[in-house]
Amino acid sequence: MNVIEVSELTKKFGSFTAVDHISFDVKEGEIFGFLGANGAGKTTAIQMLCGISNPTSGKGTVAGYDIFKENEQIKHNIGYMSQKFSLYEDLKVWENIRLFAGIYGMNDKEIKENTRRLLKQLDFESERDTMVASLPLGWKQKLAFSIAIFHTPKIVFLDEPTGGVDPTARRQFWEMILDAAYKGITVFVTTHYMDEAEYCDRVSIMVDGRIDALDTPHNLKQQSQAQNMDEVFRKLARKAKRIN
Amino acid sequence: MKTLKFLIEKEFKQILRSKMVMGLILLFPVMTMWIFPWAIDYEVKDIRVNVVDESQGTYSQRLIQKIDASKYFRINATLPDYTTAYRGIETADCDIILQIPPAFDRDLIKTRSSSVMLSANAVDGTRGMLANNYLMQVVNDFSSELRAGQVAALALFPQASLPVIHIQSRYKFNERLEYKYYMIPAFMVILLTLICGILPAINIVGEKEQGTIQQINVTPVQKFSFILAKLIPYWIIGIIVETIAIICTWSIYGMVPQGNILLVYLLSFVYIVSISGLGIVVSNYSETTQQASFLIMFFILIIYLLSGMFTPVSSMPYWAQIIAYCNPLTYFVQVLRLLYLNGSRFADIAQSTGIILIFGIILNLWAVISYKKRT
Amino acid sequence: MSQFNAFVQKEFYHIFRDKRTLLIILGMPIVQMLLFGFAMNMEVTHIRTAVFDPSPDQSTTQITRRIEANPYFDVVGQVHSEEEVNNLMRQGAIDLAVIYESGFHRNIVHSGEAQIQFIADASDPNRGTVATNYVTGILAGYQQEMMQLQTIPFHINPETRMLYNPQMESAYLFVPGIMGLILMIICTMMTSVSIVREQEQGTMEVLLASPLKPVTVLMAKTIPYTVLSAINVASILLLSFFVLNVPIRGNFLLLLFVCLLYILLSLTLGLLISTLVKKQLDAVLVSGIGLMMPTLVLSGMIFPIGNMPLVLQWSSYFVPARWFITAVRKIMIEGQGIMTVLPEIGILLGMTVFLAVLSILNTKKRLA
Repeated sequence: MNVIEVSELTKKFGSFTAVDHISFDVKEGEIFGFLGANGAGKTTAIQMLCGISNPTSGKGTVAGYDIFKENEQIKHNIGYMSQKFSLYEDLKVWENIRLFAGIYGMNDKEIKENTRRLLKQLDFESERDTMVASLPLGWKQKLAFSIAIFHTPKIVFLDEPTGGVDPTARRQFWEMILDAAYKGITVFVTTHYMDEAEYCDRVSIMVDGRIDALDTPHNLKQQSQAQNMDEVFRKLARKAKRIN
Repeated sequence: MKTLKFLIEKEFKQILRSKMVMGLILLFPVMTMWIFPWAIDYEVKDIRVNVVDESQGTYSQRLIQKIDASKYFRINATLPDYTTAYRGIETADCDIILQIPPAFDRDLIKTRSSSVMLSANAVDGTRGMLANNYLMQVVNDFSSELRAGQVAALALFPQASLPVIHIQSRYKFNERLEYKYYMIPAFMVILLTLICGILPAINIVGEKEQGTIQQINVTPVQKFSFILAKLIPYWIIGIIVETIAIICTWSIYGMVPQGNILLVYLLSFVYIVSISGLGIVVSNYSETTQQASFLIMFFILIIYLLSGMFTPVSSMPYWAQIIAYCNPLTYFVQVLRLLYLNGSRFADIAQSTGIILIFGIILNLWAVISYKKRT
Repeated sequence: MSQFNAFVQKEFYHIFRDKRTLLIILGMPIVQMLLFGFAMNMEVTHIRTAVFDPSPDQSTTQITRRIEANPYFDVVGQVHSEEEVNNLMRQGAIDLAVIYESGFHRNIVHSGEAQIQFIADASDPNRGTVATNYVTGILAGYQQEMMQLQTIPFHINPETRMLYNPQMESAYLFVPGIMGLILMIICTMMTSVSIVREQEQGTMEVLLASPLKPVTVLMAKTIPYTVLSAINVASILLLSFFVLNVPIRGNFLLLLFVCLLYILLSLTLGLLISTLVKKQLDAVLVSGIGLMMPTLVLSGMIFPIGNMPLVLQWSSYFVPARWFITAVRKIMIEGQGIMTVLPEIGILLGMTVFLAVLSILNTKKRLA
């Protein structure tokens, strides 16, 4: 069952084509890696799928809803974590959780209970009343992700979720992603860290707004005769014209 | 609508945690109402006169004495010629020059008429004009005194040929002619406009810059709820600021509205709704705090200066009057003054309140419509 | 040196890329000068007058006709009771009421005296007193004509001359003040908000950690804004002179110098503010609200300083706009020379240096 279906999706800003007729599907429950260099068009694509950016042309459905006409319905079924891990810096940890939980329809009792459980899970109970501004980057990351899946959406979109943290933190974070996938949440994650591709069921590689490759990591490595995804990418990227 | 509760909760927490904003809401109104109205005093007093008495006779001396005795004037210096006296204007030592021509006394005795020259420093517009008017009045009074003295002494003129019209002047609503009372409502208005205009204007654009707006836009939150949650805290803040201002006005100046205080609140609320709507509109159309802040200051200055608060609308050129009448502040300040000074009743202010309300509805609708969850 | 140049160039590039902000910064002063220069007018006109004439006769109709004919007055109608007058005043529908006594003309002829009442809405005392003065003047003119056949003894005619501003143009009064207000707000907000923004985003720290000295960094940041502000000064002066007809009677270069000094002061003030606050919102609140109020009220642009209580007069010494406005009035309207504005220049210069030193000290403290 496909939870995301995209066909010839395009986004132009004036004469600049950020996303160039991309087509792909994402199966329910899979971890789909949306790879590409900085500036390749990943964020723009993800924004269209989340319903916060209007596509120029093409077709797409997310969780069964059309991204043109039913973009607000999509939002009931997805979670999102942006590049900046956008939490409210001047709210406490539990207040951020409460806000988004409430927006997605949980009542006070549910919020209280689920917050307690989450903080225990993350071993974060002592930081309950900490201002998000004072949290170290790695913790912000984990918190942002937890909030994104707090309401158990069908799909969670992660845009460069591991930017700026050390490899250990990144690995820990991916453990959380795997955990979520295990629970049945489809994960759509963009990244420019090619080693993270190994964690994904399938990946696509964007170059200059187009998808130049789409397959499992294993198959891609075989096809390009590469040792790792990094090499796969470098061989593809040599053709890239957009450098950011 | 349940989401509204969570959104408003968040807004209030953020506001309460910002020291600067809390200081603005609680302390700034007190400071403003306490300090600034004292600065407003258009009363003409202590006008320094440089006298050039080229006649040096009984009448000229009497005139000078009369001026000196007046509470409005102070003879700064008696100088030999106009050029020297003029230097006093240049150095801002004197406000007006009285020049009495050499033939003054002689002419008054022989031909019964003469003239004097008043030269007022009109750089500062009104003060010069008022100084001139008052000095003119003193000169005219002097003429009348001389005439009255003559009549009594000589009983020459039968009363019928010198008809006298007695003028009784009354000043309503402000017997002491204190400009302060006229301007205090204006300060309340200034406060509300600043606080309820600038804060909302920076709010949404701040979330845009931080990136949290995206996080909101991917949720199913409705535009209407989101914007309402942004507005309601500022409506409440506006009422709080208004209350602080009213309390200060009463305790410091003893000024209470001659009209019904509930009407004051009604009027203020309608205005607060309008101006905060404008703030949100500005925020929606801006991408950076810098843009939003410049835009809202631009509008606020126009709203202030083209509203009849400082200079009367009726003195403006026609096109400026049109702008003034598209400005909710014009109506607000007009009616607030009526309520505070003239003791107007609801029927008197209903129309203006209604107009501000219409502005409010338009601006708030625009605020909701112009907010795009999807770009 | 070339590092510095490269830095300044990058700053310029940033500013010019943001076309919208640029448009606002350069366009705002022009629009505002035009609006305020033309619209702010202290002249009292359109005095809405109601007349209560219980027994109309040749005198009262004569007097009323004169009032109607006067361009400052708008006779809106006749009323029939003092209660009507009160109602109209309470609604704010009239500014002045003229009330004749019953049998006005008869009284003049038979007893040589008659009564007339002027009731003015003095909530704006300026308007109230001026309206009363005007209508008294009209009455005096009528009396004069009545007594035309007799020579009036002891008639002293006061001739008046309004120095520097013979036509009593309100623009002369307000333009220096508006210039001071607009320039102050734009300059301080420009620097304070943009620097705080960089602090929020973390790029400021990168700059300060570079080998460039903090002074150099701050200077480089200020230069593009100085250029923009200078453009604003030019447009404001051009507008004042050519469109609003405010004269420049003194030395133009001196005027330019004073303006440039003032914008330097304002930019430095913005710099100082950026070292004191952490959030852009706070920068806006301090520059927009914190500076605007004292400048509007205490600088002498609208309310005369000479009339203020001493405490406030002393406070106005600390308001830069006060000195700027005084100097500009002296140069533009009074046509005075550099010697008279030396104190103002000195004070503005002193303030700028003081603010600059404070900013640098604060920046160094942050780096330590």
